[in-house]
Amino acid sequence: MEKPVKLDCRNVWKLYGDAADGFLDNRTSEPTAEEIHAAGLIGAVRNANVRIHDGEIFVIMGLSGSGKSTLVRCLARLIEPTAGEVLFEGRDLLRMAEKELIEIRRKKMGMVFQHFALLPHLTVLENVAFPLEIQGIGRAEREARAREVIELVGLAGREAYYPRELSGGQQQRVGIARSLAVGPELWFLDEPFSALDPLIRREMQDEFLRLQALLHKTIVFITHDFDEAIRLADRIAIMQDGVIIQVATPEQLVLSPASEYVAEFTRHIPRAKVLSARTLMRAGPVDGATAGEVAASDRIEDIAARVVASELPFGVVDGAAGVIGSIGRQAVIEVLAGIQHRP
Amino acid sequence: MSRLIAILTREGRWFWPVLFAATWLVSTYGRDAARALDARWLVKYPAAWRLPLKGEISTAMDWLVEEANFGLFTFRELTRGISWLIEIPYDFARSALIEGFERGQGSNAVEIAPSLSWIAVIVAVVAMGHYARNWRLAALVGGCFAYLVIFGQWDSAMVTLASVLIAVPIGAAGGLLLGIAAYRWPLFDRILLPVLDLMQTVPVFAYLVPILFLFGFNAVAALVATIIYAMPPMIRMTTLALRTVPDEIREFGVMTGCSRRQLIWKVLVPSAAPGLMVGVNQVIMLTLNMVIIASMIGAGGLGYDVLTSLRRLDIGTALEAGIAIVVMAIALDRLSQAFAERARTEMHDPALSAGWIRRHRWLSTVVAVAAATTLAGLLVPAVQTYPEPMMITTGPFWSDLVRYINVNFFDQFEAFKTFLLWYFLLPVKRFLGGVPWTWGIGVMTLVGWRFGGWRLALLTGGLSLFIAVNGLWPKAMITVYLCGVSVVIASAIGIPLGVLSASNERANRIVGAFIDTLQTLPSFVYLIPVVMLFRVGDFAAMIAVVLYALAPAVRYAAHGVRNIDPQMIEAGIVSGCTRWQLLRRIKLPLAMPEILLGLNQTIMLALSMLVITALVGTRGLGQEVYIALTKADSGRGIIAGLSVAFIAIIADRILSASARHARARLGLE
Ligand SMILES: Nc1ncnc2c1ncn2[C@@H]1O[C@H](COP(=O)(O)OP(=O)(O)O)[C@@H](O)[C@H]1O
Ligand SMILES: [Mg+2]
Repeated sequence: MEKPVKLDCRNVWKLYGDAADGFLDNRTSEPTAEEIHAAGLIGAVRNANVRIHDGEIFVIMGLSGSGKSTLVRCLARLIEPTAGEVLFEGRDLLRMAEKELIEIRRKKMGMVFQHFALLPHLTVLENVAFPLEIQGIGRAEREARAREVIELVGLAGREAYYPRELSGGQQQRVGIARSLAVGPELWFLDEPFSALDPLIRREMQDEFLRLQALLHKTIVFITHDFDEAIRLADRIAIMQDGVIIQVATPEQLVLSPASEYVAEFTRHIPRAKVLSARTLMRAGPVDGATAGEVAASDRIEDIAARVVASELPFGVVDGAAGVIGSIGRQAVIEVLAGIQHRP
Repeated sequence: MSRLIAILTREGRWFWPVLFAATWLVSTYGRDAARALDARWLVKYPAAWRLPLKGEISTAMDWLVEEANFGLFTFRELTRGISWLIEIPYDFARSALIEGFERGQGSNAVEIAPSLSWIAVIVAVVAMGHYARNWRLAALVGGCFAYLVIFGQWDSAMVTLASVLIAVPIGAAGGLLLGIAAYRWPLFDRILLPVLDLMQTVPVFAYLVPILFLFGFNAVAALVATIIYAMPPMIRMTTLALRTVPDEIREFGVMTGCSRRQLIWKVLVPSAAPGLMVGVNQVIMLTLNMVIIASMIGAGGLGYDVLTSLRRLDIGTALEAGIAIVVMAIALDRLSQAFAERARTEMHDPALSAGWIRRHRWLSTVVAVAAATTLAGLLVPAVQTYPEPMMITTGPFWSDLVRYINVNFFDQFEAFKTFLLWYFLLPVKRFLGGVPWTWGIGVMTLVGWRFGGWRLALLTGGLSLFIAVNGLWPKAMITVYLCGVSVVIASAIGIPLGVLSASNERANRIVGAFIDTLQTLPSFVYLIPVVMLFRVGDFAAMIAVVLYALAPAVRYAAHGVRNIDPQMIEAGIVSGCTRWQLLRRIKLPLAMPEILLGLNQTIMLALSMLVITALVGTRGLGQEVYIALTKADSGRGIIAGLSVAFIAIIADRILSASARHARARLGLE
């Protein structure tokens, strides 16, 4: 029962360099990295394919320079891809007339930037109300709406401040409020927390999860921090040198990395953070007494305390399917102790 | 002979000495040799060969004014329309600041409202000072304007201020629009750039002439010239500021669904505001500079006072008016800088929910004071117009001082002057004056070729040829001579000062303050003390030019030395260099590219100042422009102006090329 696809990115390429335009035409096979380099081009994004579903948090993770920002800008058509299609609700953004594109951006998309991109001459209130102003909404209405969102991100009382009077974390809250003011369906965040201190970053991640639990947006989230990706993502796409090398849930990434490169990222990640009860459970009907029930999608980290404290195993419940297996103390302790588990 | 050519073209070390020696020989004996050969044309460009360019330009201008027609309207109607657009706000500003509002013409005019009282104007600038920064700035600008009123400069100063108030908004807005256009359409940018380059090198007087021709000898022509003069830096600052808006801000605008117009006006321009304000500050300073020059063609004001009293050698009056200009320049400069900074650092206003009057307390105060003093002025005239008996004049004091100096130190000044004239200025003048046009063009071509290959050679040769075929060679050589000696002296003072201030923090502060002050002064002001002490002539002009052109020599040298990689200097210290060796072997060579760029700027400033010194009687191309101006001979003015610009371009291209060479040699590129 997969959710409908919101954004479908097919064979998207972005090459930089003078000869970029004709380079992909009339080719029978995909050009290799060497060929691109030999032509004096930079392959910022190479043949990217991703499908982002309604209501999911889709994280694009990769080291600096791997092409994440370029890809997300292609998805929003902030830069023109060299080739490919980007279907938003089934319609190709790249072939859309400017007028229609503006309309979609005004009503259906929001974006948060790494360095906040707040307008320095506007107050917090005016910044948040800005996207509404652009649409021609009257002052009273847009300010009322802006106040609501400011309240939502916890900045009530700062409406009259200028961005330069706020801390980095507060500024990014303004950035988030601003991008939410129009009630977008698709929400792009390009390394929104990378410019913040580690403590603030954690706080903002919690805030982000809280907002998403409330709002259920479709989210494309960029980060270079694998921990952040694991924490937030429903699914993760790993990029390396412009290529998406794996798209998977955090759990799948950890359990079956597609390459040594991916495995390198996952190595230091505590398994308890990613493994779900479903993966760890003994499948089949439960015989004997149980201490209680956990959801199949629960992460071990969250249920460990309960399971370890009890001598009896717990039943694992998967929504409508009812109890599908059980999970015991031994298995959880092995995971917590870092003992490699069967895949 | 072939050996000579080989030396000139190939052997680097001997190029300059040999070229110089040969030129010296030609300069000294060329005239006699040409006579002996019966080929006078070699040294004196024959009048019969002159291109009739001057006349053709004048004819073209006549046609433009008399007959040109764009279909819907004629050219004359266009200029009249522009005049009208500028005149209405200008008249309003003059009425508001000084003349009062009248209805009717000439002697039948009835005053319907007085101008703002001096008290109201001072309160207004104090209010702006406090609003823009703090009480200290308020006191400074208030004090500056109080000076104007107490020393009896008010009327002229308000006329000048009215010009500034009109020219600055038009210049800034025009520059902004053109800058935005250049930002949006790269093609337009590519067309505009060389035009801007040329405008910065053509002396202002050169385009004053055609403007006078088109708009008549009046205040509007002066304002048009001022606006054209002050606009280029605003254009450059606008494109630069827009280009340096962070990418993310632009992307945010697009993602929000801004239309193109919204993107420019609601996102990019406000975000670029700090940079734009720097541009506005430059427009203000240039406007003030130019308004003063332009006051000679009918705008009146402080510049007119300075010029007429200088001509009468009434030093006291000239100096008072000159100080008034400086005071006004300082007030406007600090005020506009404070506004620029405020745009960058403004904090939220805690009184946001208070009533209108409290939130706009300064505006309300100014309005109240203006209304009150206007009413009170009807009863007590002193409130409206500062009473004459309370004015102070320092004129006699300055005149006495100058007399005292001239009586007691005449010999010293004279000795100094004679020494420099005899041993430096005159020999250079004789040397350059003797260089025949044929040889000169050859030398320029050769030098261009050496630094930039055949393309630069074509440019430098061609531009020099332009000067010769218009019969301006002798005058150009006088300009080159005056410019040359001034630049040499300015560099001899400026480069050591720059090196000193780069290596010594205290020196840096003192020199910095000195240079800042020099740069705030409108070029015109330099003439006053110089004429006062040395009377008119080449020497006085040279001193004024040196003062005016000193700043870039200091700045660039300091910058060049400061930017040297510290490791280089450490390497020198470790290998046991003395301080002198460090300077000569490491610092100076490494700073050379920057020093050359500074030299370039110094030359540009010197050339523009030379046209101004023509007002007090120097010869050369500046004089030519000035004569054209008084005779309203547009062809002559344009050709002479272009010739000055071409000298500037030749110097600029050669110096830039040699700076590039130096950078390449040092591996900095
Ligand atoms: N405008 C551009 N011109 C040329 N190369 C670019 C441009 N923008 C990005 N690149 C190159 O594309 C690659 C990917 O950049 P980017 O998408 O910013 O990476 P990331 O966001 O993952 O750090 C980098 O190698 C970068 O140098
Ligand atoms: Mg990035």
